[in-house]
Amino acid sequence: MYNLIGAGLVVIGAGLGLGKIGGSAMDAIARQPEAAGKIQTAMIIIAALLEGLAFAALILGK
Amino acid sequence: MVISRKPLHVIAAIAIAILPLFSFANVSNDSVKKEAHEVHVAADASHGETAEPQDKKAKVDAYIQHHLQDSHDFTFFSDEKEGKHYGFSLPVILIDNGLKVFSSSKFHHGETVAEVDGNFYKLYHGKIYKTDAAGTINYDEHHHPTNAKPLDFSITKNVFSMLFTSALLLFMFIGLAKSYKKGPIPTGFGRVLEPLILFIRDEIAIPNIGEKKYRKFMGYLLTVFFLIWLLNLLGMTPLGINVTGNIAVTICLALFTYFITQFSANKDYWMHIFWMPGVPVPMKIILMPIEILGTLTKPFALLIRLFANITAGHVVIMSLIAMIFVGKNLAADLPISLGLTLFISIIEVLVAFLQAFIFTMLSSLFIGMAVQDHHHDDHH
Repeated sequence: MYNLIGAGLVVIGAGLGLGKIGGSAMDAIARQPEAAGKIQTAMIIIAALLEGLAFAALILGK
Repeated sequence: MVISRKPLHVIAAIAIAILPLFSFANVSNDSVKKEAHEVHVAADASHGETAEPQDKKAKVDAYIQHHLQDSHDFTFFSDEKEGKHYGFSLPVILIDNGLKVFSSSKFHHGETVAEVDGNFYKLYHGKIYKTDAAGTINYDEHHHPTNAKPLDFSITKNVFSMLFTSALLLFMFIGLAKSYKKGPIPTGFGRVLEPLILFIRDEIAIPNIGEKKYRKFMGYLLTVFFLIWLLNLLGMTPLGINVTGNIAVTICLALFTYFITQFSANKDYWMHIFWMPGVPVPMKIILMPIEILGTLTKPFALLIRLFANITAGHVVIMSLIAMIFVGKNLAADLPISLGLTLFISIIEVLVAFLQAFIFTMLSSLFIGMAVQDHHHDDHH
């Protein structure tokens, strides 16, 4: 039971983080469309790092 | 309409897209986990009419768990009523007072005891135990078997898949290499591979490792990228393969990255770990254990990410298909289940590429951190 609540909290946190990363990347691409490629790469790396943390929490909590 | 111009392509694409559906279509027919089923029947006997859905859920659970584990044979589907399994066996290689090689068909999916040179072995929950002629398995108080386990070097499903993938990679890339002898433009399937290789070089290796030093690591990065990608895609086929969703495999891949990073690291890298330049001495002492821990958490994040992503993908697809068997109204459940499965399967094809890309990208990033030259005068 508690681990399900924990999983929900982890997903909320990860969702907020991903939303922040995606939103900022969109802003940045809108400001400088010519740098879209670099921004996307950086975005994917940071999203991957975040995802790693979220998955680590999910697996440890299981 | 773009679609009508290439009807064959569209049909082929749809056919490939729905392939994964067939792999798990027999959830309620699987008989491998009879024990789980029986236990639940006993537990639910008092609940009366609710027993059946509970039992189905337990079976689905057991089936998904079984799929995520490695196994000694390929089972494509099985008939519970007749107790038949359709698939093929793989060789079992044991070291137990000498080498023992036999086919896993001797186990009959854990139902019988295999006799080899006077020794008796039994398959229990995917692991091989040494037993007596009757196949008795002794348990400790936590219901773990206490029988002796021989050293198991079998060609299991995962090993077979990896050998197959390696052979495929060798075949494809040797073909590509040979085609360069004829001219600068590759022929045949090499035309698909060349842009991917250039992508790894120009988008991953050079920006992260640097123009001068990237060449040495290209071999590893290309190997790891194509191996993970192909294994992820194989996991989407109806063969029931789940290699990159096995934590032992991802641990091994992450260890490769870890050792390559540590052994190719230069003086600056170790300097930044053990005696961070540009900060006061007390901070240096505090930073040292953090940095040492940091070298370990990087590959840990790599292995967890790949493992969890692929496992989660498989579980989601199988759970969606299981909706058909668990739900009450077939006519309503079937289209929802198939639609969602198709949707998730397409996402999983994307994830298969993305995870291979991210693994390669982060590996090259870590290697790049270890080999790059620092200019202390400018930055710190």
